[in-house]
Amino acid sequence: MRLILALLAGGLFGTGLHLSGMTDTQKVLGFLDLFGAWDPTLMFVMGGAIVPMAIAWALTRGRSPLVGGTFPAKPDAKLDPRLISGAVMFGIGWGLVGLCPGPALASLTYGGPSGLIFFSAMVIGMWLAPRALRLLDRPATAE
Amino acid sequence: MPIEWIWGLVGGALIGCAGAVYLLGNGRIMGASGILGGLVDGTGRDTSAERLAFLAALIGVPALLFMWGTPVETHATTNWLLLVAGGLLVGLGTRIGNGCTSGHGVCGISRLNIRGIVATCIYIGAGVLSVTALRGMF
Repeated sequence: MRLILALLAGGLFGTGLHLSGMTDTQKVLGFLDLFGAWDPTLMFVMGGAIVPMAIAWALTRGRSPLVGGTFPAKPDAKLDPRLISGAVMFGIGWGLVGLCPGPALASLTYGGPSGLIFFSAMVIGMWLAPRALRLLDRPATAE
Repeated sequence: MPIEWIWGLVGGALIGCAGAVYLLGNGRIMGASGILGGLVDGTGRDTSAERLAFLAALIGVPALLFMWGTPVETHATTNWLLLVAGGLLVGLGTRIGNGCTSGHGVCGISRLNIRGIVATCIYIGAGVLSVTALRGMF
């Protein structure tokens, strides 16, 4: 059951990214090009996605997931340096190419060598992240 | 209203439904960077089967759509330096900041989660800076 639902969610996600044009880096870079030829498409995608998702969050109240267990708890409103520095790094990288993780995966089979290079570098970055955090933590824990 | 905006809304609604299925069904937040990243660094080992199923469909279904006709072009840069730097930053940043456009953006904002809203504002702001700076350089 878990696997069928995961396949369904992944397939819907991929279809949505594909149809909305979000696998086209020009559309994404156009959205970020606020001071140039601004393309608002991404805003419509976000808006379209937030509505069903907000309904889903409302439906979680007083219920539990279909497969059992509990829904993820709402995290503290705490804004830590990790969240902020991570978002800054992600945003800069996003603006360099116009791909974020979802569209990079969805376009993997038709994105050509560019897509494969980006994807490989992204996976290396994801592998490096916990190691980089551990290095940063070391002086603090040694005290 | 331009047709691209309508496709944006339609595609967006599908993305939202995908997140709804993953949340209401499996009780999990649908974040592309979290689902992939957990496999890459091993933190999601006990849920690796559902992660792999999700990723297989996320990659496979657009591949079928591409084969059957909807013409799409990613128009990605061929400058490998930008691709490597961009990929590394996206990989590092989404794992350090705990989310990307799907997790913080779609799932976080729809829950009015402050962290998701702040992260989204920051990465869009950083993206705008990055695009504006690049345009000045090339």
